[in-house]
Amino acid sequence: MPKPTKGPRLGGSPAHERLILANLATQLFQHGRIRTTEAKAKRLRPLAERLITKAKKGDMHNRRQVLTVVRDKGVVHQLFTEIAPTFAERPGGYTRITKIGQRKGDAAPMAVIELVTEQLSPVTTTRRSEPAAASAPAEPAPAVETVELPADDEATSETEASETSETSEKKDEA
Amino acid sequence: MAVPKRRMSRSNTRARRSQWKTSAVALVSCPQCRSPKRPHVACPTCGTYNRRQVIEPSS
Repeated sequence: MPKPTKGPRLGGSPAHERLILANLATQLFQHGRIRTTEAKAKRLRPLAERLITKAKKGDMHNRRQVLTVVRDKGVVHQLFTEIAPTFAERPGGYTRITKIGQRKGDAAPMAVIELVTEQLSPVTTTRRSEPAAASAPAEPAPAVETVELPADDEATSETEASETSETSEKKDEA
Repeated sequence: MAVPKRRMSRSNTRARRSQWKTSAVALVSCPQCRSPKRPHVACPTCGTYNRRQVIEPSS
C-alpha cells in the first residue's frame, strides 16, 4: 500500500494539489523538461512515472486512466505514441531531477525535472568479477598469517617463560 | 497563560543570542569549469551537473 504523503498538501488543499500535479505532469509530457521547485518536482516524479508505465501498456483502459490526470487529449496522444515507445526497454526511472539552486525572489530551491532521453546503457556485470578478484588476494593472506602466528606464539611463550622464571626467582629469594 | 514576570536583562538576552551562529556553505569545485559550487546542485557558472548541460549559464 502506498504510504500517505506527509505534511501539508501543495497549494493548501488536496484538490489544489491534484490540479497542480496534473498540470505539472501535462507540462512535463508536453515540453520534455520543466523547471519547478524541488518539492513539486519530488512529488511529480512518482506521478509522472506511473503515467508513463500506463502509457507503455498502451491499451484503452490505461489511456482512460491517464486521461483522468492529464486532461489534454493531445498530450495523452503524444505520451502514448511518442514518449512511451522510447521507454520500452527502460525498467522505470523515466525522469531525472537535477537541483539548480535557489530562486531569486524567495530563495526557494529549484530543480529541473526532465524525461530521460539517453539510451539505456547495458548493465555491466562487474559484480561477478569483483568477488573473484577479492578471493584471489584473500588466498595468500591466510598463508602469511599462518607464518606469522607461530613467531608470535614463540615470542609470547618466551616472555611468559622469562616472567615465570623471574617470579620463581623472586619466590626463591623470599 | 504563563507570562514572564521580569524583563530579561540585556546581558542575558545577549548571552542567548551569542549562540546564534552561521556556518559557511559547503562548496566543491565543479568538475567541468573548476569554479566553486554547492554539492549536489548544478554549477551556476557553467550550468552543468555530472558534465551534462542542465541550464543555461547565469553569467
